[in-house]
Amino acid sequence: MHAFIEYIQSYLNSDLTPGGAGNIFWATVYILLVFVGLSIAVIAMNWLERKILAHMQVRLGPMRVGPHGLLQPIADAIKLLLKEDIIPAEADAAIFWIAPFMVVLAAFTVFVVVPFGPTHAITDMNIGILFMLGVSSLSVLGIVMAGWASNSHYPLIGALRSSAQMVSYEVAMGLAVLSVILMTSLNPESTGTLSMIGIVQAQFAQGEWFIFKFFPLGLIGFVIFAIAMVAETNRAPFDLPEAESELTAGFHTEYSGFRWSLFFLAEYSAMIAVSSIAVTLWLGGWLHPFPNLLNSPTWELIFSLFPGISFVLLALMCFYNTARMPKHPLFRVQTLGLAGFGVVLGLIGLILFIPAVRVRVTDIFWFATKVAAFMYLYIWYRGTFPRYRFDQLMKVGWKILLPMGLALLILTAVVGMRTELWAELQGALHP
Amino acid sequence: MTDPNTLSPLDLETPDKTFLDANELVINMGPQHPATHGVLRVILRLDGEKVMGLECVIGYLHRGVEKIAEHRTYTMFNPYVDRMDYVAAVSNGLGYCEAVEKLLSVEAPPRAQYIRVVLTELNRIASHQLWLGTHALDIGAITPLFYTFRDREEILKIFEKYCGARLTTHAFRIGGLQYESYEGFENDVRRFVNFVKPKIDEYEELLTTNRIWLERTKGVGKISGKDAIALGVTGPVLRASGVKWDIRKALPYANYKNFDFEIPTGQNGDTYDRYLVRMVEMRQSLRIIEQAVEAIPEGPIMAKVPKVMKPPVGEIYHSIEAPKGELGYFIVSDGSTQPYRIRVRPPSFVNLQALDVMCRGQLVADVIAVIGTLDIVLGEVDR
Repeated sequence: MHAFIEYIQSYLNSDLTPGGAGNIFWATVYILLVFVGLSIAVIAMNWLERKILAHMQVRLGPMRVGPHGLLQPIADAIKLLLKEDIIPAEADAAIFWIAPFMVVLAAFTVFVVVPFGPTHAITDMNIGILFMLGVSSLSVLGIVMAGWASNSHYPLIGALRSSAQMVSYEVAMGLAVLSVILMTSLNPESTGTLSMIGIVQAQFAQGEWFIFKFFPLGLIGFVIFAIAMVAETNRAPFDLPEAESELTAGFHTEYSGFRWSLFFLAEYSAMIAVSSIAVTLWLGGWLHPFPNLLNSPTWELIFSLFPGISFVLLALMCFYNTARMPKHPLFRVQTLGLAGFGVVLGLIGLILFIPAVRVRVTDIFWFATKVAAFMYLYIWYRGTFPRYRFDQLMKVGWKILLPMGLALLILTAVVGMRTELWAELQGALHP
Repeated sequence: MTDPNTLSPLDLETPDKTFLDANELVINMGPQHPATHGVLRVILRLDGEKVMGLECVIGYLHRGVEKIAEHRTYTMFNPYVDRMDYVAAVSNGLGYCEAVEKLLSVEAPPRAQYIRVVLTELNRIASHQLWLGTHALDIGAITPLFYTFRDREEILKIFEKYCGARLTTHAFRIGGLQYESYEGFENDVRRFVNFVKPKIDEYEELLTTNRIWLERTKGVGKISGKDAIALGVTGPVLRASGVKWDIRKALPYANYKNFDFEIPTGQNGDTYDRYLVRMVEMRQSLRIIEQAVEAIPEGPIMAKVPKVMKPPVGEIYHSIEAPKGELGYFIVSDGSTQPYRIRVRPPSFVNLQALDVMCRGQLVADVIAVIGTLDIVLGEVDR
């Protein structure tokens, strides 16, 4: 027992990820934390998407289940779980059964290497980014399986569209990622890295987020990735595989209940996954804004107060809305619920002010904030854009993004090499 | 068509060969499909995603409106016409009332005429708003739908205040109006005009210069003016192909000749032009409403019409410019209280004929866009 506690404690002073330190206990804890956090994020995202989209469309969105519809995702989840599990008679049952798990598996496994902080990752692989791209593209298999196994026309077309789309955008995505990996090699002391943590550390070492590196090259790479990732996750305006008006529901037309909810879960966690790639590669991952300029202890303290402050602000928002609730006996439960929710948020906020917690959480907070911004962008796209047609989608992928990505890669290489040569020359002239 | 379950060869022209002589994929779109605007069934023959040809199967909403007319008096049939194009019920009523008035050789008094024009043009805007919302939704833009429905609500409120109904209004009577306009009608209409003008800009802001919208609509579902005329296509679809044909100007009915407005036309006859034409039409309707509401004269609202209508033996064809195109009523009277035969020329039904021509060689996604841009209402197609 003593040895076990020692084993647990031995990791606490390590500056490696649990995976990197080889500590199975903490790795398991991290896996559970990531899984739970992700599930909560998906639930929150479900509610937020409906609310934000509704407000963009002059509606209120869910208002009935819980205060301001806060319990709506839970109600939906219960509804989906209680639904009859239908496997169409014509369907290929085994593949039909496996397909959603395949998609979920791919969407969740990528989080193994997502760095929420310098040590807050399940593990840090030296091929982290490759692993992420590789595993996330496995989900296309699940989609093709779902479309094929349904044995129906619309899902088949949806699956074909989806596979074509994901495969073609992966190329542009990969090129944009490559340009970042070239940038990491400009570190004075390193030779470039594929590790997710290494990429963020390279941005810290070089003193700028890669989105600003070699302006506008970094920005172009980021834009290519930002477009490709929307296509990769099959979201508006590239949501052809599930184009409701054309293909009813695309590859998951024949799915219902729990199986359908797995696709839903996978879609949202895939969105979070690609957003975290973008944040890691271009937006400095867990680094707070201006990590090189504002790095005095005072600034560190100020930035570490942000998580607590934002939770307290959310709590205040809840209290404000509690005060605005209709004063009617029928609304008593909802009002109390909202106030209770505010109290919970406020308590979390207060806990986040404790120095020991604060220091550990601030990285995760900045990472999550940046990812949340991407999530908002996803919703915003959905509210404002019509849908691309299939051939146009392919055109954007192959004829615009791919050449741009290639040019970007070459230019980054040339500019980067010039910078390095220049530095060497300077060194030779002024030893 | 003999058997709707087998595809009869389309005889417009020989379809293209499929790529590598592969098998065609026959897909049945509808009648239960979110984007066929009701219960239209389209049998698509696809080569991959390319449309080799298509065939419409209609009749799922057939209620025998024309047959019903033969067993109702002229007055009793009036509410039935509202149920054909239920998103533009006022226009339907106007067409029918004017046709019967022509048969009876009576004319509605000026006050009734002006109020009729105001309500009909309001209805045109409502119909176009509904078209815009659903059309954009089909192409994947969900937000315009909510904007247009929010603003259409204001029109429906005016209808409700005027005659108590929002959709199937039965607003007009043969010989004029049943109801005097309510207190503050003019003000409501004026307020609506001022309210909706910036809103139309808002819709345009979302779509007109949106790159994706342009790509999805430009060059999609093209039809030349010649083809359109040959197929009998009317309304905004015809005008977008460059044919300046609007019955309000060509064969003025009601008192449209008193108003100053323009007929917008397009050049390319594609979905984008049809979109632009309808957007301009909304603004032109507002112009007509503005002029009409200022000029509503005092006076009676009903002409002298016999209680029991027995039009003289004869036949009449009267058509108006409904929001979707030429809406015509052909009425044969045998001198009795009931029409011998009423034949309706619905714009949606005739325009739907052009679907095959417009879709051939395009992609599945374009079929959706084209169904949307034709602005069909199945209640009117099937009657």
